[in-house]
Amino acid sequence: MTACLAPSGSRIAARFVLYACLGFGALLFSFPLVWMLGTSLSPIEQTVSYPPRLLPVAHYATIDGRRLEVTMDLEVRRRSAFVENLSGLRVGTRSVIPVESYRSEDPSIQLLKWVEPGWWQVTERSSASKFSEKDLRRDVLPPERIETRVELRWENYPKALASMGGRSLEEIEGFVEPGKGAGSQNVGFAAFVVNTLVVCVLGVLGTVLSNSLVAYGFARLKWRGRDVFFALTLATMMIPYPVLMVPLFGMYERLGWIGTLLPLWVPTFFGNAFNIFLMRQFFLTIPTDLSEAARLDGCSEWRIFWRIVLPLCKPVLAVAALFHFLHAWNDFLGPLLYLTRKDTFTLGLALQDYQSVHGGVQWHFLMAASAVTVVPIIVLFLFTQKTIVRGIATTGSKG
Amino acid sequence: MTARERREWLAGVGFTSLWIVGFGAFLLYPVLASLFYSFCDYSILEPPVFIGVDNYTKLLSDDVFWLSLRNTLIYAVFSVPLGTVVSLGLALLLNADIKGRAVFRTIFYLPSIVPLVASSMLWLWIFNGQYGLLNWVLRPVADLFGATPPAWLGDPAWSKPALVIMSLWGVGNSMIIYLAGLQDVPKHLYESASIDGATAWQRFWHITLPMISPVVYFNVIMGLIGALQVFTQVFVIAGGVGGNANPLEGSPSRSTLFYTIYLFSTAFFDLRMGYASALAWVLFVVVALLTALGTRASRGHIHYLGQP
Repeated sequence: MTACLAPSGSRIAARFVLYACLGFGALLFSFPLVWMLGTSLSPIEQTVSYPPRLLPVAHYATIDGRRLEVTMDLEVRRRSAFVENLSGLRVGTRSVIPVESYRSEDPSIQLLKWVEPGWWQVTERSSASKFSEKDLRRDVLPPERIETRVELRWENYPKALASMGGRSLEEIEGFVEPGKGAGSQNVGFAAFVVNTLVVCVLGVLGTVLSNSLVAYGFARLKWRGRDVFFALTLATMMIPYPVLMVPLFGMYERLGWIGTLLPLWVPTFFGNAFNIFLMRQFFLTIPTDLSEAARLDGCSEWRIFWRIVLPLCKPVLAVAALFHFLHAWNDFLGPLLYLTRKDTFTLGLALQDYQSVHGGVQWHFLMAASAVTVVPIIVLFLFTQKTIVRGIATTGSKG
Repeated sequence: MTARERREWLAGVGFTSLWIVGFGAFLLYPVLASLFYSFCDYSILEPPVFIGVDNYTKLLSDDVFWLSLRNTLIYAVFSVPLGTVVSLGLALLLNADIKGRAVFRTIFYLPSIVPLVASSMLWLWIFNGQYGLLNWVLRPVADLFGATPPAWLGDPAWSKPALVIMSLWGVGNSMIIYLAGLQDVPKHLYESASIDGATAWQRFWHITLPMISPVVYFNVIMGLIGALQVFTQVFVIAGGVGGNANPLEGSPSRSTLFYTIYLFSTAFFDLRMGYASALAWVLFVVVALLTALGTRASRGHIHYLGQP
């Protein structure tokens, strides 16, 4: 094409610009998720460090002859004295004081060492079962005596999930004994996974069963009223959900379904305009010879549907199943409307609920909890990519 | 009706019976009930009381209604065109003769399947004024001009732009649809245009765009309908800004009080179900009008392949 006619210099430049755009775009689109994972694997103090770190690290130093993991608290800017307090309220603690305010004759303090500018004040990283700050060892060290290496805090994940499930943070971090924390309702994270899977799996089952039946009725059978009803079905695709919300809520309330998972999956067993349309389009492309022959042989419609047409329609069934799974996994408004007790929450609602209680500070836990709702979907997508992409392309070009 | 017709009718109704029930119970009944409620005073705790068009006249003088409509329209006016440019741009890049198309496509598409609650959490974090990633990138740039980067979701003036940026991250779906449309454009059109000496821009403007116009139309209408009903990300983010804000107040300063948020809070917190139904019907009419208007405006500009 043109590429062959164009001079090769400008062609190379054009390809360079093309790949630069793609690369920059890929960076912009992937970085937020990388950032989510990075934060989810960081210790809390590194989520609020400046500049932000992509890869979480751990610092190690030897204090009082013991090699410990430390946090880097602050950089000492001026020559100072590092002293131990011998009396008063802060007895036994160590602090950095400016050279000018240091008096060697002061009996309440004892000089440990002189500190040069650029040294760092470090504190032993608090871990489980440390109840008071006094137990934490402190020191001031030159940067070269602090070892830094990349360390991913996978332990954030079980902690975040336990916290999301309702355990108190004090308990999770080991500051109080299990069961003694000011825990709210501890329903456990597994409950959210089970609820979500129930809604997703039953919903997929309902979607595939009901819509294939209905689409067969619209695509392969001739009956009076069919075309009017199908046109009506298409027209309803435009109705915004908020219009249906209030009466549906009233209906589920009268059925006693509020607070249960039922409103989230039972309706899928009664068809859905979009899926009926999607499947009907596919059913129309299947040649009719086979079913005509079967009909002449006295085969019932049900057998034709079940034995002949349905096996040929696996691709579109897979598309509808995947679309519904993604939709059900991502749905937030439905669970927000119909679920009332924490033990019935789905993952998305539980995540929002967790954020509204613990949000604002615990970014590492929040990102870990978010990642747990994202990763299964990404894995599912990577395995079913072809089907999903083909499905989206069909809906767009034929819609 | 002959015996055969009757048999066929029974089979047809039999196969569609689930949908006949579903259509009646989950669509027809709610639509009609909601229309009826919109003319009623209804709190769900007591039976509805018919009050005529009161709900609709009250809407006209309801400041919050106008504010939420305004917020939603501002969001839609920016997110839909920008989303179109970004998704079409990415599709054009992917449609070029490149290596590693599948990898790039996956990277661009992935964000759109991230559950909205999780992506809202992520963007709350990225937009964090103090420690967020975005402001870390922007701070050196802002320093050059002696300015400070905004607090984004915490600043009423920047919360809607932030939501628009977030929406651009999730354009993967329409990108895939555009890509499919681009791949359907017959190659010979480009070949003859090249022979005539058309530039890349001319080929895009005179061949690509007219050929994919039905896809553009589809995506813009779907995008618009979606933008008018945006709920989840706004609910999560408004609730997450500055600790424990009430998600239904549209924090900060009601700048993210969107239409469906107001509708939801009217219905399920104030229990003014009749008034909320009127709000829902106004939304319905707006959506229907926009769709009709879009169809009319695009008539004559849209080129359907294989149709005269």
